[in-house]
Amino acid sequence: MDEIDVTPANVAPVIEGVDEQPETAREVVFEIRDGAVRYGSNLAVADVNFDVGAREITAIIGPSGCGKSTFLRCLNRMNDFIPGAKVEGRITYHGENLYDPKVDAAEVRRRVGMVFQKPNPFPKSIFDNVAYGPRINRFKGDLHDLVEQALTRAALWDEVKDKLKKSAYALSGGQQQRLCIARTLAVQPDVVLMDEPCSALDPIATSRIEDLMVELKRDFTIVIVTHNMQQAARVSDMTAFFTTDVGEDASRVGRLVEFDRTHTIFTSPSDQRTEGYITGRFG
Amino acid sequence: MSMTMTPPAPAPTPARPSIRRSSAGPWRSAKSAIASTLIVGSLVVAIVPLVLIVGYVIVRGIDSISWAFLTDDIPILSRSEGPGMGPAVVGTLLITGAATVMAVPLGVLGGIYLNEYSARTALGRVVRFLAEVMTGVPSIVMGLFIYSIWVLRFGVSGFAGALALGCLMLPVVIRTTEEMLKLVAPELRESAYALGGRKAGTILRVVLPAAAPGIVSGALLAVARAAGETAPLLFTILTVNATNTNLFHGPNTTLSVQIFRNAQQVFPGPQQRAWGAALTLIAIVFIFTLLSRGLSAVFSRKHRV
Ligand SMILES: Nc1ncnc2c1ncn2[C@@H]1O[C@H](COP(=O)(O)OP(=O)(O)O)[C@@H](O)[C@H]1O
Ligand SMILES: [Mg+2]
Repeated sequence: MDEIDVTPANVAPVIEGVDEQPETAREVVFEIRDGAVRYGSNLAVADVNFDVGAREITAIIGPSGCGKSTFLRCLNRMNDFIPGAKVEGRITYHGENLYDPKVDAAEVRRRVGMVFQKPNPFPKSIFDNVAYGPRINRFKGDLHDLVEQALTRAALWDEVKDKLKKSAYALSGGQQQRLCIARTLAVQPDVVLMDEPCSALDPIATSRIEDLMVELKRDFTIVIVTHNMQQAARVSDMTAFFTTDVGEDASRVGRLVEFDRTHTIFTSPSDQRTEGYITGRFG
Repeated sequence: MSMTMTPPAPAPTPARPSIRRSSAGPWRSAKSAIASTLIVGSLVVAIVPLVLIVGYVIVRGIDSISWAFLTDDIPILSRSEGPGMGPAVVGTLLITGAATVMAVPLGVLGGIYLNEYSARTALGRVVRFLAEVMTGVPSIVMGLFIYSIWVLRFGVSGFAGALALGCLMLPVVIRTTEEMLKLVAPELRESAYALGGRKAGTILRVVLPAAAPGIVSGALLAVARAAGETAPLLFTILTVNATNTNLFHGPNTTLSVQIFRNAQQVFPGPQQRAWGAALTLIAIVFIFTLLSRGLSAVFSRKHRV
């Protein structure tokens, strides 16, 4: 399972001519420069530099504990809730400094939604789960339409349309995760962050969610953390590979090793550590 | 692969450890038997007194129970025989109810404050410590406290008793609420925040409903305990023989106080009334327990599987 099949069929297709496109043609959503996060005095991630392009799927891969989740949570200011967590460097969202004191973090999170590792619906009905976001954001319009739309986009509508009033906990794990995706889509975000969204799911549920991601890419920018390299290879356009640097004083700091087009990362990585990781030699 | 190869000599089967119970050795089954006996034994020890108490109260009190007993005034001449405990039933409901109305909302708000707004602040620690200390204050001391700050100024009333009971309930409700909120999965809050939620709305719409069944149970224990309190009522509500529905004026009485007063008498009439009052009190607490359990079950069934 660790050997990765890198035949072109298994890797996101190369779009003719993209390589030759000038950088400026790519619409950038997040620009990360010298991104770093500390927990208290502990440096967890450092030296992160890359851009997230609009309507692309960006995968973040790397061994456990290298700070993938920590970094992902910088992008919607989720780290604000962890006492002692401090984000350094410069992260911009559509050109605006995400950590400017004038920025409303709740508004950021409405635009940059997040799907978590474990499906975690609210203890409410299926309908109320999806309607939660629109309601708290004072959505004016047809809530039923919006909920149906979100569930349809999350490829769940047909399975739940007859039991919208039932508890969300009555759904299977894979359905719950798609419900969480629908819940995120219902607030009409611009970006969806996903932190190992399939790691608690079986292969069939996983492949449904992967199909869904590719589907959603048309309208949304997606950043996904995964430790499943086949998944990164299958769905993403760009891949960021992180690893853990162990310092002389045994300090462990996650760093970005390489960021490139997924095809390049999986066929001709420029860093030996990337190659070692994707061929299963370490990690 | 060549088929002419001689098959390798079968390896001697290693002795596979038996999966039979007896192979675990006699000492292990003995240990298991001892542990089971101890567990069942302690269950019996815990349940027997409970069954005995409830059973005995029913046996001794059931004869007193009648409509007249539940509604008639308490006989002026305390040694006389026959019903009534009406004023005490009304007083118990009114005073415990008023205490609940004051203490439960305040306690839930306090618990929310402690867990959500001041978990790591110095003020939060002080409040939590005081609530803990308050839980340990003897109920009669709470009665004296209300006596000195309230009764001396405004006179006895059902409300003074409710204040004392409320003060007893408050720290319990605060602590349970805090503990129950702590148990709510952090992922639930995070996903509410990830949808653009703000703090107050998230607490109100997600955290509190998730913690509600536990908070209801905790509040219920506090109410049941308050309904049976006697000491703090002795000098805050005194006693009456006729129903006093005015919570804010004049002395009042409760079943617990009537049990205390009647049981002190040597005559059979008041003795009988004390048993009847005890049974009534147990029944009231039991009914309220069932009601709120049912409510919280309905509540959680709506939200869980
Ligand atoms: N809330 C936290 N407080 C302190 N340290 C944390 C916290 N969360 C993660 N860390 C540390 O940060 C590092 C990166 O963790 P994480 O981002 O969860 O890694 P990954 O998602 O790549 O497995 C780990 O060393 C972890 O111990
Ligand atoms: Mg992680």
